[in-house]
Amino acid sequence: MTILSKTIIPNVICTFCGSTCDDLQVTVEDEKVLSVRSGCSSSLSKYLNYNADRYLSPLVRKDGELRDATYDDAVCRSAEILANAKYPLLYGWSSTSNEASRAGIELAEWVGGVIDNTTTVCHGPTLLGVHDIGEVSASLGEIMHRADLVVYWGSNPVHSHPHHIMRYTSMSTGRFRLSKKNRTMVVVDVRRTDTAKLADQFIQITPNGDYELMCALRMAIRGDELEQDVISGVPAEKIEELAELMVSCQFGVIFFGLGLTMTQGRHRNVDVALSLVRDLNARTKFLIMPMRGHFNVAGANEVSAWVTGFPYAVDLSQGYPRYNPGDTTAVDVLVRGDCDAALVVASDPVASFPIEVSRHLAKIPVITIDPHPSATTPISEVVFPTTVVGIETGGCIYRMDGVAIMTRPVVSPPPGLHSDVEILRDILAHVKKLKAGQQA
Amino acid sequence: MNELLILNGYVYDPLNGIEGERADISIRDGKVVESVGTGAKIIDASGMIVMPGGVDIHSHIAGSKVNAGRILRPEDHEKDVERHTAITRAGTGHSIPSTFTTGYRYAKLGYTTVFEPATPLLKARHTHEELDDTPIVDKGCFPLFGNDWRTMEYLRQGQLEECAAYVAWMLRATKGYAIKIVNPGGVEAWGWGRYLVGLEDRVPNFDITPREIVRGLCKVNKMLHLPHTIHVHTNDLAKIGNYQTTIDTMDSVRDLSSDSKPVIHITHVQFTGRTGSAWHSVGSGAPEIADYVNKHGHVTADMGQVVFMNTTTMTADGGFQYMLYQLSGNKWMNFDVEVETGAGIVPYRYRRNNYVNAVQWGIGLELALLIKDPWRVYMTTDHPNGGDFTKYPKIICWLMSRKAREKSLARINSIARNKLDLPDIDREYSFSEIAVVTRAGTANALGLKEKGHLGVGADADVAVYNINPTKIDPSRDYRLVRRALKKAAFTIKDGRTVVKNGEIVETPIGRTYWVDSAVSEDLNAKVESQMRKTFAQYYTVQMDNYAMADSELANSNRIKVKAEV
Repeated sequence: MTILSKTIIPNVICTFCGSTCDDLQVTVEDEKVLSVRSGCSSSLSKYLNYNADRYLSPLVRKDGELRDATYDDAVCRSAEILANAKYPLLYGWSSTSNEASRAGIELAEWVGGVIDNTTTVCHGPTLLGVHDIGEVSASLGEIMHRADLVVYWGSNPVHSHPHHIMRYTSMSTGRFRLSKKNRTMVVVDVRRTDTAKLADQFIQITPNGDYELMCALRMAIRGDELEQDVISGVPAEKIEELAELMVSCQFGVIFFGLGLTMTQGRHRNVDVALSLVRDLNARTKFLIMPMRGHFNVAGANEVSAWVTGFPYAVDLSQGYPRYNPGDTTAVDVLVRGDCDAALVVASDPVASFPIEVSRHLAKIPVITIDPHPSATTPISEVVFPTTVVGIETGGCIYRMDGVAIMTRPVVSPPPGLHSDVEILRDILAHVKKLKAGQQA
Repeated sequence: MNELLILNGYVYDPLNGIEGERADISIRDGKVVESVGTGAKIIDASGMIVMPGGVDIHSHIAGSKVNAGRILRPEDHEKDVERHTAITRAGTGHSIPSTFTTGYRYAKLGYTTVFEPATPLLKARHTHEELDDTPIVDKGCFPLFGNDWRTMEYLRQGQLEECAAYVAWMLRATKGYAIKIVNPGGVEAWGWGRYLVGLEDRVPNFDITPREIVRGLCKVNKMLHLPHTIHVHTNDLAKIGNYQTTIDTMDSVRDLSSDSKPVIHITHVQFTGRTGSAWHSVGSGAPEIADYVNKHGHVTADMGQVVFMNTTTMTADGGFQYMLYQLSGNKWMNFDVEVETGAGIVPYRYRRNNYVNAVQWGIGLELALLIKDPWRVYMTTDHPNGGDFTKYPKIICWLMSRKAREKSLARINSIARNKLDLPDIDREYSFSEIAVVTRAGTANALGLKEKGHLGVGADADVAVYNINPTKIDPSRDYRLVRRALKKAAFTIKDGRTVVKNGEIVETPIGRTYWVDSAVSEDLNAKVESQMRKTFAQYYTVQMDNYAMADSELANSNRIKVKAEV
């Protein structure tokens, strides 16, 4: 006889955004999540609804239709697709564990494909900027303890990272900064966002004006005169004021989002932002950090870097890692129509990539590993429903600042479902067999 | 039963007093034994050198800082790639090789154990994930305590026992092996963009000096009976005239040693061995430092040798890296870690015609040649800071051959050449001494009783090099030595052949060594409750999510010791 009772699980790690809060209290009864405390709206929505709307059996396309299949059949079919492909793409990885990424890269080596993570469509330009300039950064606790100036640039954490401001920045309590009173918060954006409403200063800039404004700030910090009266919609005096605020703070930080990386200039915007912060360190202590989105996108980059040397967009078709963003990036590979099969893990490229890409994806065999139906599942050849990292299965994930945290399951998955890691390892084992056969 | 017999090699096993005698090494189930049966597999090592597997005491191979270096430098990897094979994983070099490549390249050099020497406590999990992906070699990591708030607070309040229990807790939580101290107090100052100078400056907000931190942690190290001594990167690294800080740091713990036993390891001394008062007058402080080490048994040191190449400098000493950025104008990474430490990375090319670089090259070699006892000075490049570890054979040649040194000396900056003592040093290392500075001595310093030698009961980690010491004079034929050392004829790891003729043939997963020093339950409970009270104030991670479980390591090897407290 099983006695069912409510259990409150403390210190649960949220697997939603890059803030990776690790203080949720999840109440569980009969393998169901009843309630979540300390979570933000995003986290609540994830933990309370994760079990709605999902496949419970693998699907394999037969006679043009996706039909229930056994796990072994789905593994075999996937391995055949990948082992026979000339140039497969393995894409996703940011909403699953490092263990899955590690298995995925090994699989990419065996099938000689391109492995790319979702960085490619969010902070890819950030990494290109880092290759050029470097990056002056820290773990989030440093900002909590020391920062007296916090700038959010092209980022709206109130919606994208709801607890970021409270846990780590302007509204947090640190050793040397006790409250909001000890800090100044500035928001730079093209519109008055909800984050801007919390700020001490909001600077509204014209869309695509980031590069010019950053350059002007660099000039002002060096003491150069600004010759235009208004730059990117901001009066020169205002820019000089902001420069003065940056130079005179004791410890400043800029957080930047897709407002910088995905607007005109892209990695050049990041270059100039990284340069600005580097320059500021001649005058005071100043840091910069990208607002990474998915809960383990940082981990996907780290794993890729330690196994291959490169953080994303790695082409293994020659047998060794090759990196050339713009050429080996997922969107480019798909738009050119180069790849002849795709494995999609914990991601939805059909929903987020350009339409030409979806067209090509629809033409080639796609294997999708995801807990939920997505826009990519209907065009797939094989669909693996899987367990949810941080809820039904554990695994190591990296917060946006690279702090590694080990997630744990809080409930059991529905019977018969496998984790991403198990599925990938099983496909890999089968691919190895097929490849051995091909060579013989 | 898995048996192996290495026949007829010239064995160099300095710990057991064997210096190039022809002998057989018998191996059963991963250990060296007296003898094996007739069914044992045989490796014919006739005309070859047999040594214990190499043990690297200080090499940055894994963790957040190393990986940040990889991310910073795609240009470093493009020129040096490794193909995927049926046995080995793909990867890239060059100065910061990817993890799998790191394991393979060490094995090819005949190395079987490597320690990662700078792990932020908060990021230990990352380090271990990378170490798990570093095949073949056994490994471990040294967590950073020299700028840790709690350590500084306990020491300031004179609570040594509590500090010891705290360090023991942290070593368990991070699966760490030894206490690493980097620029004590100075990295905390860098948290504010500030610097400390010498051993007596006070750390901002913590009212403690570097001297007190080093002494305190040295005492803690003894209380916990840790297998290695404190492992110290001194203050004032890379500053002009810093040799005095190095000697002061050594001297600061002189009274803590009994029977002249080592109580402190000063790492990459080359970087902290400079005389002079300005850049134009930089000189080598190696003679002074070597003189101190020769007269005092409580110190061990490693070289941190510079090799002329384009490499990537990386250290927890964030302030130093900022200075190097300002000097070089190269790209710069900085990463401070809450409560504990920091880090910085700058690519750098050492040039033989650059005066300071040439002096640096000389300091490292002078240290190794002027310190008389090879058991207390070890060969490192502080990989990748002075150069990457694949350059070890080159350094061995400089140590073994005056001719090799003269050849290099002729090509370096002439002002530096005239200033160095190196041209006048005749000493040439023997193979036996090389075995000491690359394996026996390092294993001894790390307290790894089953490594660094080939006596009965030792781990069957063996390197076989195709050099006949009776026919080759390393002083003259150093090129042949270098070639042979680059690609071991055989590397045996735990009794399994992992390298044959310089190629990988098998890739087992090595062990991760970590230390569990048991303190009294009462003390542990007291310190744990103190930590629990302040954890939420100090960290952005919950205490329960901070510590690593044993099961998180792929191949955990716990070393249990009993603490005095």
